[in-house]
Amino acid sequence: MSLDFKPGAFNDFFRNETFREDFTYRNSPAAIQRFPFPFDRDDYMYSVNMEPHVPGRKGSVFEHLLDVDEHYVSEMIDRARVLAEDPLRCQSLPHMTLAGWDTLELVMEAKARDYPQWFSLKKTGDRWHWINRPLGIEQSFTFLDEATLPCGPFEYIMRQTQGDWTLQDERDNTLWMDAGIATSQADWSADFDIGMNFHEWHAPVPLAHEKGIFDRALKFLLKLQHGAPVRRFNWTMTVNPLLDTSPENYPKWGPTKTSLTQGNLGGKQHLRVELQTLYRLPRSNAIAFDIRCYLGKFEELVTMPKWGRRLHRVVRDIHPDLAAYKGFLRNREAMVEWLSHYDDGLPTTPGWWPED
Amino acid sequence: MSGGAKLNVRVAEVVPVNELITRFRFVASDGADLPAFSGGAHTVVEMDDNGTRRLNPYSLMSSPTDRSGYEISVRRDDVGRGGSLFMHQHVTPGMEMTLSYPVNLFALDNRAKKHLMIAGGIGITPFLAQIAQLTHYGGKFELHYSARSKGLGAYMDRLTAAHPGKVHCYFDDQSQQIDLGRLLSMQPIGTHLYVCGPKGMIKWVLTTAEAMGWPRQTLHHEEFTAPGTGKAFTVELAASGKTITVGTTQSLLEAMEAAGVDAPYLCRGGACGQCETTVHKCDGTILHRDHWLTPEEHAAGSKIMPCVSRFEGKTLVIDR
Repeated sequence: MSLDFKPGAFNDFFRNETFREDFTYRNSPAAIQRFPFPFDRDDYMYSVNMEPHVPGRKGSVFEHLLDVDEHYVSEMIDRARVLAEDPLRCQSLPHMTLAGWDTLELVMEAKARDYPQWFSLKKTGDRWHWINRPLGIEQSFTFLDEATLPCGPFEYIMRQTQGDWTLQDERDNTLWMDAGIATSQADWSADFDIGMNFHEWHAPVPLAHEKGIFDRALKFLLKLQHGAPVRRFNWTMTVNPLLDTSPENYPKWGPTKTSLTQGNLGGKQHLRVELQTLYRLPRSNAIAFDIRCYLGKFEELVTMPKWGRRLHRVVRDIHPDLAAYKGFLRNREAMVEWLSHYDDGLPTTPGWWPED
Repeated sequence: MSGGAKLNVRVAEVVPVNELITRFRFVASDGADLPAFSGGAHTVVEMDDNGTRRLNPYSLMSSPTDRSGYEISVRRDDVGRGGSLFMHQHVTPGMEMTLSYPVNLFALDNRAKKHLMIAGGIGITPFLAQIAQLTHYGGKFELHYSARSKGLGAYMDRLTAAHPGKVHCYFDDQSQQIDLGRLLSMQPIGTHLYVCGPKGMIKWVLTTAEAMGWPRQTLHHEEFTAPGTGKAFTVELAASGKTITVGTTQSLLEAMEAAGVDAPYLCRGGACGQCETTVHKCDGTILHRDHWLTPEEHAAGSKIMPCVSRFEGKTLVIDR
């Protein structure tokens, strides 16, 4: 399957931009205003920071179950390029096909309900008709019949959905990453992790094991119910607006960490925020994990005075093991210096909203 | 609110199946589709029994592909706490009721090369949904189903007609018993074993399979414990600052709810772990009746599952 975009895919809303080579990606003023700034206080440490994934503030990334933003079309073009170069970025073990259909249904129903101007889903029994106007896709198919789609249901819908997703099968009181797609990942590999269980794929994370966080998180997730999704934030740092920071391509992007200067840092250094949501899937009893990536340039984020002050304090005070794990220890001092110009020492208000 | 997302439904059908079992069909009150579910899932039915709130888990037995309604079968228990009697005597078509979203604690392992199912009595219900799922999506299965008599073998005719050669029936009153050792010795590699039925049957099947070297990961069972009755007892709720008395036919969870304490729960049958509560002080004996805590945790007495477990003694203080 290839993405054959029709003319007109980009318009006043969807930006025509790149996440590689000339890196024309940026956030419009409206997108900065709604950026999911992940720090609700002036310091950071791991916690099981789960909350119900219910519709939130209008205009925010929480307004709808799935957020479709101005970067949608360009992100899908970038995903298609990554998959063309490396098809193993999207995999689904044979017993996960049903979970793939569950995921397809979740995405199509949510997008058609929340963005009727762009997406439409009509059902006549098991005959479904799907229209994705921004990507110029129109598809009739039979639900649960793989032969009626150009590729498997998981890959089909993932080529039209922002965020990396993994599907976890539940067995033996743990979760197994038995399907996944990763083209906008913070240095992890679905190809490497596929088939691993919850504790196996989290093994590299520092500090959290000692705190018993993964045992508690797993216990929580095993009780996740259909109809009651949950969400949390995670974050890291990325030089250049590169979605595909994969271990497979580390030689291509790792060296860019040495390219920062005080002069270019504000435009090149990005806070990479992951809005992670978890859904129990109905037919397969699997759990879908959506890792949605938002990139914000430092110079964009500091236009919100509260965020400038807070980002400076978080980066300055973070535990060095976390800075090393997140891959920015070598640039931390430079970031702190750049950010210090946006921290006047005034107190900040609790919560992450920019204006509160 | 505790117990997760809820569904407002209307009773569409009440059908007597045999002298002990009645089937109920629920449809969404607003006429929409109900959520899809996976074979083996249960729902918790909320009942208002003349002011007493009863919440009982029942396996969904209808096809997971049918979103127009859910079906459960309820076996009447004349000496139980009253939930099944309420269903049999007071639930009629047209009644509005509340169900929990489906929760699955007895899911199929979709990697299995074959699913070997063993059912006893009303334990047939989750298998009806699982068989419908496998029939629709593909998957090899074999069912061995025993009942007290032909008359009490609910859905046997339907199953044997739809799946000739795959369903084997046994009747206690004809002294028929599953030849378990032989059956387990004949299964291909990659077979998963599922059992649902009376406590003794589950234990027999699991211990036999384990003794024959079946991998633990291939053995699946579902057992809901009715909360059971006992002597009344008093509990201090540390977090909410209340002291409550649990009646003889009431569970600790129900007593907390009656006192306005919003305690977490899902299955209400001692299986899911959601209501696990820390014990601050225990001067007496906790009567553990759940399948969630380990034997070591039961012995330690530092946790209790309020949905099914009780207490005898002087003082019990829990973190709720």
